[in-house]
Order: sequence, then structure tokens, then C-alpha cells
Amino acid sequence: MWSSTVIHMLLEGTGATLYMTLVSTFFGYVIGLPMGTLLAVTDKDGIRPNAVIYKILDVIANIVRSIPFLILLILVIPFTRFLVGKSYGSTATIVPLVLAAGPFIARMVESSLKEVDKGVIEAAQSMGAGTFTIIWKVLLAEARTSLLVGLTITIGTILGYSAMAGVVGGGGLGDIAIRYGYYRYQTDIMLVTIVILVLLVQILQVVGMLISRKLDRRL
Amino acid sequence: MEPIIRVEHLYKTFQAKNGQVEAIKDINFEIQKGDIFGIIGLSGAGKSTLVRCLNLLERPSGGAVYVNGSNLTELPEKELRRTRQKIGMIFQHFNLLMQRNVLDNVCFPMEIAGIKKSVARKRALELLETVGLREKAKAYPAQLSGGQKQRVAIARVLAGNPEILLCDEATSALDPQTTKSILGLLKEINEKYHITIVVITHEMAVVQEICSHVAVLDHGVLAETGTVEELFRSPQTEIARQLVFSGSAHITHMKSDRMVRVVFDGNSAFEPMIGNIILECKTPVNILYANTQTVHGNAEGEMILQLPEDTETAEKIIRYFREKGLSVEEVRDYVE
Repeated sequence: MWSSTVIHMLLEGTGATLYMTLVSTFFGYVIGLPMGTLLAVTDKDGIRPNAVIYKILDVIANIVRSIPFLILLILVIPFTRFLVGKSYGSTATIVPLVLAAGPFIARMVESSLKEVDKGVIEAAQSMGAGTFTIIWKVLLAEARTSLLVGLTITIGTILGYSAMAGVVGGGGLGDIAIRYGYYRYQTDIMLVTIVILVLLVQILQVVGMLISRKLDRRL
Repeated sequence: MEPIIRVEHLYKTFQAKNGQVEAIKDINFEIQKGDIFGIIGLSGAGKSTLVRCLNLLERPSGGAVYVNGSNLTELPEKELRRTRQKIGMIFQHFNLLMQRNVLDNVCFPMEIAGIKKSVARKRALELLETVGLREKAKAYPAQLSGGQKQRVAIARVLAGNPEILLCDEATSALDPQTTKSILGLLKEINEKYHITIVVITHEMAVVQEICSHVAVLDHGVLAETGTVEELFRSPQTEIARQLVFSGSAHITHMKSDRMVRVVFDGNSAFEPMIGNIILECKTPVNILYANTQTVHGNAEGEMILQLPEDTETAEKIIRYFREKGLSVEEVRDYVE
């Protein structure tokens, strides 16, 4: 099985998986970070309670997160086609990945920011800090470790989701596993893709935890 | 002279699950510039709510808070934030930014005020010098002791050049010795920078140590206000008496009319006789009269004690004195 074609295909698949995962994570945070921050800030014990904004974001997050990713993937195909021009391949997969990751990340960010000690926020308020300063210099800065742990978990989750997109020809390692392992009964190739996926998640987890611990000043 | 802080008919009501809770009710007082003003009360009396109303961290449900003559409750958001920069606050749990080192923590209020970074750093180092922590500038809060953290918090508060400093149970998480040194530092700040200080505490010792004026808070109501001397000399209310005599919470009233006169000679002066008796017999005795006089060059003490009603215990005390070789005689109708 170790022909140069297969090796080339696996390398390309790994590249496509990483491409989808990282790009989706990035755009996921472009949506999720502000959304999660808004959720934390407008919650009733946040620094700027606003029941309307909170409720709207809360409902959106819950709706998107309750749709299984595989269904979401198919559901948004028209939108994907409109945005990317086609509905298969790694770039097309990024669209549903970002849509699924955004609210997921928002919840992660929300819970990280809510862990920040209320007393420290109060201290900043007593110094005359405005909402934006508190968000930037207190909430996000103090929650740094927790946010990085969240990022690590998010990348792992998106990596898993990206493999699911293989069902509709999403490209990457998941696609290879399904095409060879499921449609062609070539179990060996499927096993190799699984090993690569496991290694990727493993490395990611270790590096992510290492960085977040390294940056934590509470130890 | 216009007081630096004036509180008028201040109310704060919280919405709780089972109805409304009035945390503070109709509070009125004034604080003059340069005072160290104590607000004392038992836990749940509303002290923390009251102090948070002074910088509007908690928005009062009614009434007004005047700082330097301007009513904080009527200030627009932006003005309020600017005023807050002049009202520093320190907390029981220090509330330092855990992910910033000591120096950057002290720089924080200056960042908020928009002071240039190089200027801020220089001033932060000076302030750390003032609180005696210059060598800890690069340390993180997690590496400091409680007392050190509070010193950093004090340096941080001074960085904002405040006119008023609010201390919310600032020494309650510290041991007695550290408490003393922090209180000393606060006093020093009060004298050196002429900062008016408001101290919230449940410990009379703190008020005794540094305050010039005191307000006693009881169940959300201001029980009494005055100078610390006045409060100590003649507490007017039951709650004030409780706080002042906090050491003797359970006073036993002696009703018995059985009294003895004990004479101590020079030798027994080394033994804490009365203390030992109390420990031995586990009962209080009442010293009605005590005197020392020199008889033939020897110091002799005499004391008239009121014994407990219980005959057995009274006999035990008399026996104890006799065993120690002291002369004991029962006296009747002792009149001072």
C-alpha cells in the first residue's frame, strides 16, 4: 500500500485537514470571540447587563449548536455554493465549519470570561475604567489561560468536524478515510488516516496545554 | 467648610427571591477632609453596601452622595468615571490582576487615566518604594503574601492620586501583626498625602488604631456617629456597647453577698493568684476593692472579693487561698 501515490495522497490530505481546521478556527474566533464577549458582558451579572442582546445571542448559539454538524453541512450547501462557488472540497467545507464553530467558541469564551474574579472587575470599575478597558485589560487578559485551553479544545473539535465533511466530499483525511476505508474496503488506508488524526489531536493538545500553562502567572 | 463626603438619606434596596431587602436605610453623615472615618458594624449590617454607594459601584435606590460638593448620583457616566479615579478603593481580597506583575498592576490606574507608559513606570516604582516592595516589582501577585498583596493594592490606589481612599475590610484577611503594619501604612498615607480615608471594618481594634471618627451601622441603620473618643467613653446604643466591650460578651452578674478579704504578702506577688483561682474553680470572682500598702518595709496587698453564690465553689476558693498560705477572712457588709 505504501506506493508514492498513496503517500502523496495522505500528505495532501493532512495538509487539507490542517488548512480547513486552522482557517475555520480563525474565522470561528472572528465570530465567536465578540459573540462570547457580548454574552458575558450583557448577562444579568455582567458589566453591562442587557437582557435583549443576551437573549438574542443565547438563542442563536443554542439553535446552531443543537443542529448536528452533518445536517448543518448539508443544510447550508446553497449558502456555501453562493460563497465559494462549489459545495465540495476543503475550501467549501470551511463555510459550515465556521458556522458551527462560531457559537461553540462563543460559549467557550463566555464561560472563560465568567470565571474572572468579580472582585478584580470591581477594582477596575473603582479606578474609573470604562467597559471597553475592562473587557480588554481585565476580562480577556485575566482569562488568558482559560481562553487558550478553550482554543485547544476548539481546534480539536473542528478537526473532528472537518473529518465528518468527508461524507460529502469535503476533502482532507476524513474524506480519504471514507472513500478508501468505507467505499473501497481498504481498511489499511483508513487505519493510517486514523493514526494521523490521533497524532494531530495529541500534538495539538500537548502544545496547547503547554503554552497555556507557560503563560499562566498564577502558578 | 464643605465636607469632602456628604451622604443624605441614602437607601439601597436589593431584589431578593423572597421580596425586597433593605440593605441600608436613611443613612446620613459627613466626612471632613483629612479624616480617617471608620464605619463599623457586625457582618450583614450593610457596611459593604454603604461603602460601595460612596463611589457608586452600587447605585443607591434613594438619596444622594456628595463628593466635594457634587452629587455623584446625578453625574453622567463619563464624569462619574473621572470622579472615581479620585476615589481609590482597596479590598479584603486585594483584587490584584493575577496575570500582571506587581509593577504593571501599579501602572493600571495610570493606564486608565491615559498617562504615558514611561512616566507611569517611574511613578509606579516610586510608589512601590513607598510601600516597601520595590524589589518585588517583577514578581506576580501569586508569589506574594497577603500583607504584600495589600501593599501592592495600596501602591496601585496611590497611583491614581486619590483624594479619598475607601478600605473595604482591608485587613480582615490578614493576621494581627500584618494588620498592624497595614494600618500603620494607611495612617502614614493619610498624614503624608492628606488623603481622606474611609475604613469599613467589623473589628473595633482597627477603629481604635487609626480612626478619628466613627459611624456605627446596625441592620442597615446608622446607630450613632462621633469621634472615636466619644464612642469609647460613652457609647449611646446597645450595638455600640456590644462593639466596644466585644471582649466581655457574657458578663455574669454577681448576686451573692458572700465576701472575703484576702491579704497577700510580698512572696505571693509572683503567683497570679486571682487568675489561677478563676482557672482552677472555673468561676468568676468580683474584685470589689484592692490596695497595696507597705507594712514594716514589706509590700502587702489586700483585696476584697465577692464570691459566687454556690456554697461549694465559695468554700473551694477559700480553701485554695488557705493552701497557698494567705490569710482569708469573711467580711460582712462591705461598703466602699
